[in-house]
Amino acid sequence: MSHRVRPQSAIRIFAWPIAIGVAALIGLVLGLTGDGARDLAAWILLGIGPVVVIAALLGRTS
Amino acid sequence: MSRNTIRIWYLIHKWSSLIPTAFLLMLCVTGLPLIFHDEIDAAMGLETESSLSGAPSADGGLPLDVMLERALAERPGEVPLFMAFSQDSPLLTVTTGPAPDAPGNTMHLQFLDRATGDPLGPAPANPLLDFLLQLHTDMFLGLPGMLFLGVMGISFIVALISGTVLYAPFMRRLRFGTLRTRRSLRVKRLDRHNFIGVVTLVWALVVGATGAINAFADPLTDAWRNGEIAEMAAAYSSAEPLPPAEYGSLDTAMAAAQKALPGRSPQFIGFPGGAWSSGHHYAIFFQGDRPVTQHLLTPALVDAETGELTDARTMPAINQALMMSKPLHFGDYGGLPLKILWFLLTLATIWVLWTGLFLWLRRRGGEIDRRVEEIALGAAQGMRA
Repeated sequence: MSHRVRPQSAIRIFAWPIAIGVAALIGLVLGLTGDGARDLAAWILLGIGPVVVIAALLGRTS
Repeated sequence: MSRNTIRIWYLIHKWSSLIPTAFLLMLCVTGLPLIFHDEIDAAMGLETESSLSGAPSADGGLPLDVMLERALAERPGEVPLFMAFSQDSPLLTVTTGPAPDAPGNTMHLQFLDRATGDPLGPAPANPLLDFLLQLHTDMFLGLPGMLFLGVMGISFIVALISGTVLYAPFMRRLRFGTLRTRRSLRVKRLDRHNFIGVVTLVWALVVGATGAINAFADPLTDAWRNGEIAEMAAAYSSAEPLPPAEYGSLDTAMAAAQKALPGRSPQFIGFPGGAWSSGHHYAIFFQGDRPVTQHLLTPALVDAETGELTDARTMPAINQALMMSKPLHFGDYGGLPLKILWFLLTLATIWVLWTGLFLWLRRRGGEIDRRVEEIALGAAQGMRA
């Protein structure tokens, strides 16, 4: 059941990690620069990483 | 990426993570309860602030001179070192010690209520959390321990960067999020290590870098005092340190400082001769007046004898970075949900460290060549491990 994926470019490989990382960074800064709505945005943006990890560990296997 | 380049990055990743692993695991494990220190203190009844009512001590209450007099009456023979304000309650903290340059372990912290003027006794201690904090900060080794952990933090950053570099060739043929769980235990560990590592990368970089900056806090504060503070107080450079008996009014000094920095809220006062002031000045530290600058402090130096303003200057960039790095390391600036995220991300980091350690412990002969080959070819769905 070997199915080799064609080699991906560096941009493809890092697309999701960069998106999650940039969200986390914006979240960290927003939380630091205000309260209320900015804190809420910080929780959501920084929370993407942990949610992705939990979803992947519970879900997909191959 | 050539096999030689991969080999170099592989060796960098291996050693920059193996060397600090034990310390990083200790930092993660001791850090977990420290994230919730406010909540733990409150649950153990060690939290004083919520029971006090009145204006925040940073805004007003009884005169500061009265408060200091009451604090010193509780500690006969000692001299004042710091006075710290609360932005939320009338709680006022006064630190005293045997001499103006007393070391930290001889200092005494007490709480007072600035609304009523009542002394509230010594600041409550939480022996377990204090122990964990000390272990986390310097492993009971003082400055050398702090600097050592700072170097471990820098090594952690190198490990994160080299791990990310290796992620690219390794993942060429795997989709993001692929976890090959039905191959060998090694492949399962490796995929989880890479996946969790890359998803939590930015947070780990931020907490690692801010932790490393915090580890160099003492030398950075010393450099600021010997540089900028000495420059601001240049006119006093040949004078003898001011003896505590000649300290003038704190209220006059505060009024002079607030005239220079209107609308700002004071956070603490460093008394003459300590690590945070010159030998002649009250250094009054004010918070920024906007949410963005709230964590950045601006000191006003006021002649402790006359109560006249000497100078007020923002701190150098490196010291500002130090101040910003505290909340970013502690994760205590966005309520309980942010602390829970900090907790989860720390657990994820422990997992990455643990799987990384086991990938090394369970290695076999000829390891490096095979690993370099695996990374260079790109891991594949159907390849045997």
